[in-house]
Amino acid sequence: MIRFTSFQFRIQAAIAVGVLVLVAIVVAITGPHLIHLYDTTVANCKAKGDCSSAKAALSSSDSFLQTALGELLLVVPALIGLFWGAPLIAREFETGTFRLVWTQSVTRMRWLAVKLGIIGLTSMAVAGLASLMVSWWFSPIDKVNVSQFTSFDERGIVAIGYAAFALAFGVTAGLLIRRTLPAMFATLVAFVGARLAVTYWVRPHLMAPVKTAIPLHVIFGTSLEQNSATGLAFFEPVNIPNAWIYSNEVANNSGHAPSAKFLESACHSLLSAPSGGVQSNTPTPNPNSGFPECFARVAAKFHQVVIYQPASRYWAFQWYETAIFVGLAVILAGFCFWWVRRRLV
Amino acid sequence: MTAALETSGLGKQYGQKWALHDCTLAIPEGKVVGLVGPNGAGKSTLLNLAVGLLAPTSGTIEVLGGRPSDGPSQLGGIGFVAQDTPTYEGMSVAKHLRMGAWLNPHWDSELAERRIKQLGLDPLQKAGALSGGQRAQLALVLALAKKPEILILDEPVASLDPLARREFLQTLMEVVAEHGVSVVLSSHLIADLERVCDYLVVLVASHVQLSGDVSALLVSHYHLSGPRRKRSTLPANQEVIEESHTDKQSVFMVRSDDPIIDPAWIVKPVTLDDLVLGYMRQAREAEPHGRPDLGVLR
Repeated sequence: MIRFTSFQFRIQAAIAVGVLVLVAIVVAITGPHLIHLYDTTVANCKAKGDCSSAKAALSSSDSFLQTALGELLLVVPALIGLFWGAPLIAREFETGTFRLVWTQSVTRMRWLAVKLGIIGLTSMAVAGLASLMVSWWFSPIDKVNVSQFTSFDERGIVAIGYAAFALAFGVTAGLLIRRTLPAMFATLVAFVGARLAVTYWVRPHLMAPVKTAIPLHVIFGTSLEQNSATGLAFFEPVNIPNAWIYSNEVANNSGHAPSAKFLESACHSLLSAPSGGVQSNTPTPNPNSGFPECFARVAAKFHQVVIYQPASRYWAFQWYETAIFVGLAVILAGFCFWWVRRRLV
Repeated sequence: MTAALETSGLGKQYGQKWALHDCTLAIPEGKVVGLVGPNGAGKSTLLNLAVGLLAPTSGTIEVLGGRPSDGPSQLGGIGFVAQDTPTYEGMSVAKHLRMGAWLNPHWDSELAERRIKQLGLDPLQKAGALSGGQRAQLALVLALAKKPEILILDEPVASLDPLARREFLQTLMEVVAEHGVSVVLSSHLIADLERVCDYLVVLVASHVQLSGDVSALLVSHYHLSGPRRKRSTLPANQEVIEESHTDKQSVFMVRSDDPIIDPAWIVKPVTLDDLVLGYMRQAREAEPHGRPDLGVLR
């Protein structure tokens, strides 16, 4: 059965190897260039005194490849579900060949076990290898961007879980619907649905976030904002590298944000400055603008309250999410075994 | 008589419809059994239950004394040629034989290759490019080379042209003669069965209307024609299967274990065709609503 499955699966496997080799070639050609760029511009940017433009240049280089490789990891698991999962049993029903293959001297359970085993492991290996290459390629850019959670599902090990789930769902849909095209459609809908649901409803609740109160500092982006809708507000950007920020507020000890009235009086000189400059968007605000005064008065009473997931939890999140999708895949596979044995046909 | 296939109260339900209901029958081993019946009688359902592709809703079925699909050895004992003889379109004839070798521990590759050669099939040809007759032949080779104790064929010739049909049945007769394997063959073409079967089961609405050795059935049934007379005037040992009357004449088909000696009758032997149609009609007349309401498989 293993040899028969390998034989039937050889073309799909060859396509997968082809795609992986193609990605490997692209990554091998362009990846060292990014590392070189990092080493020559960002690594010694402090000495040259201009880190922000060096970082911006690196993170915007190869923008087409950045998009393509990132999306590759989103698309590969879906393709596995659509083209490997959905037809696996549905095709046998459509062509009637289940009557041929399930009446050989191999039980349906063994047939399914070998099929799911070989194709499942291949799927996870393909997703894992693709993710490994993409993660390596992105490593210089990720070091600069320090926002690892924004590319959470395009790096690391989660793609392995996505691939396992997509395959198992495709197989299940094919088993129940018995037609390839509708099963593919159902797989696509379910995969996108499950990914969105986990991303927005499950992932943020996997671990209780950390709440921290930090004194205000003047950093790049610290500003007094005049917003026509909400009025005056004081803004302090978050400076926690690679953290996943849930919320960021400027508040006093009782949790209230500075009122417009308070800001008007505290920052009177800034607001009445001839330039009309309300903000300070430079790291070292002009001392004559009135901003330092304004800041000192705000910082005396208020601090920054950040609710976030620390960077150190990144891999825990990766493992949790992978486990969720692999767990779903195992449940679906178990259902397939039960259905094939008890309910079919 | 050991039973190759034995069922008791066997039923298969799809939603509200019974494709097979309360079917009790026994098919003896070592015979070439023809299973005939009108469409919807449950033939295909019965055979799919026999090979374990379907699970019964009620009742029991045993093939070679075992439960269908009860492990590899039970599967290995049955060679199955499914309706429309499915094969993998993109796989060559030779690869189908490899599949057989991979999936069956008792695979006889010498037999398979010899048969393919005899049939004149190109081993490198894709199964999708074969004619219907060639595909059916390939399916038969696959079923045979796994060395089964019983071959079960579900309407193998229904979709074939007359020539291909004849060739297929010719091959079937050869393999039966060569390997002495039991065969259960379903068909609604009685002429086909006449050529190959030595045992007949007529299934109408899940019930066995008639079963027995073909030769014994043929000698125990008679066509009687003569002056018009009522059915009730026939002797008790003559069971009327079918009757028709004109103003002056009566024609009966009767079953009788004793010879017909009434000189008023012109006695003629029956053909298998007469026999099967007679019993099917008898079943239909017994059913008040015409054809029984049974779903068709597929």
